[in-house]
Amino acid sequence: MTEPANPTLWQGFAAVVKRDLLLAYKRPGDMLNPLFFFAMVSTLFPLAIGPAGDQLKLLGPGVVWVAALLSVLLSLNSMYLSDLEDGSLDQLILSPQPLPLIALGKTVAHWLVSGFPLVLVSPLIAITYQMPTETIGVMVVTLTLGTISLSLLGSVGAALTVGLNRGNALLSLLVLPLAMPVLIFGARTVALAAADDAVSAGVYFLAAYCMLALSFAPFAAAAALKISNE
Amino acid sequence: MTELLSAKNLTVFRGERCLFHDLSFALNAGESLLIQGANGSGKTTLLRAVAGLLDLEEGEIRWRGFSTLAHRQAFHGEMAWFAHSVGFKNDLTLLENLRFESGLRSTSMGRLSAVLDKLGLTSLTQLPFRALSAGQQRRVGLARMLLANAQLWLMDEPLTNLDTAGQDLVVNLITEHLQGGGACMLASHQAVGLNSDMQRIVLQ
Repeated sequence: MTEPANPTLWQGFAAVVKRDLLLAYKRPGDMLNPLFFFAMVSTLFPLAIGPAGDQLKLLGPGVVWVAALLSVLLSLNSMYLSDLEDGSLDQLILSPQPLPLIALGKTVAHWLVSGFPLVLVSPLIAITYQMPTETIGVMVVTLTLGTISLSLLGSVGAALTVGLNRGNALLSLLVLPLAMPVLIFGARTVALAAADDAVSAGVYFLAAYCMLALSFAPFAAAAALKISNE
Repeated sequence: MTELLSAKNLTVFRGERCLFHDLSFALNAGESLLIQGANGSGKTTLLRAVAGLLDLEEGEIRWRGFSTLAHRQAFHGEMAWFAHSVGFKNDLTLLENLRFESGLRSTSMGRLSAVLDKLGLTSLTQLPFRALSAGQQRRVGLARMLLANAQLWLMDEPLTNLDTAGQDLVVNLITEHLQGGGACMLASHQAVGLNSDMQRIVLQ
């Protein structure tokens, strides 16, 4: 009998993404929580501040970005927790696939479940802040790049704190400093777009930051996972 | 006899406490090794260290003559891990859980129905994993080991939660695995009634 070969890297990656999406589908509550949080925070602001158009336009980008950052942070804690608790993490680490690839798969699934829906909903939120159409386009682009970066950076923090009790506070402390450039450039770029100013520099910065995170975060997360799981 | 696994001068600390020091053993094809010891003596730790989940303070583990650290993926491709928490997702069905495994490692999914039949799981495939009893969950873990094309089985307390029929089944499966040229390392505080000779390590 010839033994089937080990699955390819792509098959391993796809299996991890598919499993996590299936899990999210079976527990829609976990998936919708960050989205609800994002929608609630960003829609409550106009109600609290008042409907004055100029004020809303001024605050809009910042509020949307802060809400997005917090809602991604909120969803990070659970990234590896259930895998640690039910022993799947052992099996993942002991699989013949490279661990960074598995960490990347988990991160991609995390973004698809928590970051991507948020990007999809954001144009609706933007309307409540009376953003013009071009600004909404810029916001969607920056939010896409930003949430991918946040998921990647967050995966490192989540991997480091997964074995700890009440790791949530520590996780925020670890991730927030790294997330600051994303927040600053993201919100500022949208604000510039609203003022009809040049936005390409900000978008490029976010894209570069995203690529940097993409090339380092899976390896850092893999190393952190091994330490946390000892 | 081909030597599959060899360990030299293993030393592992847990905090300040030295669990074992200068431990060496070798495992050939068709051989099994039983780790015995009281609760907390480091049975699981030794097994995790061999698997590569834990860093060694000192020493080296070789698989087919290659260091398991340097050739991690090749080693893990031929190893199956069966521990106290079986590592399946509660929300997924038995079948979905096993299918996921086939994306990660070399598995013979063609044998799936035969394996499920052998373990008495055939009627449970569509149930979510959480709906299974503890013993049934352990059996699904065994199904994973049988489907994986692994030469080396590492089993931590393989008899826990299983009824007498299930315990006999485990013993039979291990015997078959050894006869097929595999190797097995077990940690157990119970006596595992294997017919073939076993090496033993007793941890203090």
